[in-house]
Amino acid sequence: MVSGEQTPTQYIQHHLQNWTVGEGFWAVNVDTIFWSVLLGVLFLWSFRRVAKKSSAGVPGKWQCFVEMVVEFVDNSVKESFHGKDKLIAPLALTIFVWIFLMNLMDLVPVDWLPTAAMYTGYWLGFVNDPHDVYFKVVPTTDLNTTFALSLSVFALIIIYSIKYKGIKGFAKEMTFTPFNHWALVPVNFVLESITLLAKPASLALRLFGNLYAGELIFILIAMIGLFQLPAHFAWAVFHILVIVLQAFIFMMLTIVYLSMASSEH
Amino acid sequence: MDINATIIGQSIAFAVFVWFCMKFVWPPIINAIEERQKKIADGLNAGERAQKDLEKAQEDIAEQLKEAKQQAAEIIEQAKKRGAKIVEDETQRGHEEREKIVASGHEEVEAERHRAREELRKQVAVLAVTGAQKIIEREIDENAHRDIVEKLVAEL
Repeated sequence: MVSGEQTPTQYIQHHLQNWTVGEGFWAVNVDTIFWSVLLGVLFLWSFRRVAKKSSAGVPGKWQCFVEMVVEFVDNSVKESFHGKDKLIAPLALTIFVWIFLMNLMDLVPVDWLPTAAMYTGYWLGFVNDPHDVYFKVVPTTDLNTTFALSLSVFALIIIYSIKYKGIKGFAKEMTFTPFNHWALVPVNFVLESITLLAKPASLALRLFGNLYAGELIFILIAMIGLFQLPAHFAWAVFHILVIVLQAFIFMMLTIVYLSMASSEH
Repeated sequence: MDINATIIGQSIAFAVFVWFCMKFVWPPIINAIEERQKKIADGLNAGERAQKDLEKAQEDIAEQLKEAKQQAAEIIEQAKKRGAKIVEDETQRGHEEREKIVASGHEEVEAERHRAREELRKQVAVLAVTGAQKIIEREIDENAHRDIVEKLVAEL
């Protein structure tokens, strides 16, 4: 739905612009923070409701669903991560559900929330032109979110490596693999560093890329007039797969990376 | 599109969410699941055991029933035997009784007949003597011919 006075380029750019407050590095994407925190709280609140009432008795429908998700995550963790750890499973659950919910915002028709925000902002008198309101509703199409997640995981990878192998073991791993020879220590270090840094980078960029591309296609579809309805439906159906898959991949890789970090070679 | 302070906010939010999940969400749910799994496993075990018990009880019942039937048959058989024996004994006794009664009747009749004959004989003798007396009265002395009369009576 292109507004009269907007060119397609302006329309797309408008949709891909965050609502930003502040300047330079210290700017904050308010829409990203708002939606991600809202969805995170929604996740924790709805799951906490079950947790508070949970008993071994006959479960309700919502409890059944929650337990299904929890058990699915628990099985994934148990398959990949050997050993006891109190953090990994809740971490995986949070990643999976939170990313899924944030991705799910992609299925809300692309114009609804931004348009609503535009006119709300205009009526409330924050802006003189409704088009000055920028509102992105999918937090995972913001690199800040995906990198925040992946760098947190990266920090955990390092913490786990040191916790399970010791600083010495971790340093040795960085310098004496894959080639176990002192002369090749620099080569090893470069290789291992790339391997290590590739993990958060690939995690963040994969999620961002998939969702950003999906969002972009939704925006493009929204510009083709009446035929957008079947096209939007078809892409949305396909995108459901992407949404769940990306959440699952992020969770699974987190578990695998932490499992690798905490086991000896 | 730029990386900015949002990343810090998101990291903090993520950390808080994970902490909350680890503290308040995950443990109760996973505990409930595990407890229920245990309960279900126990229930299935109990069910299996009960099934086995039931089968065993049914076997016992069948066996006891068979035994009871056998005993009943034995008892009936004994009863029949005893009944037959009682009937036989009674019949025997009845026969004996009848024989005895008949025999005593015979004896009585015999004795009666004997007595009657003796009586009759005596009376005939008296009659004969009386007749003879009457016939002979006129010519013979009674005392002189008593021996002949006696002999006659004896021959009767």
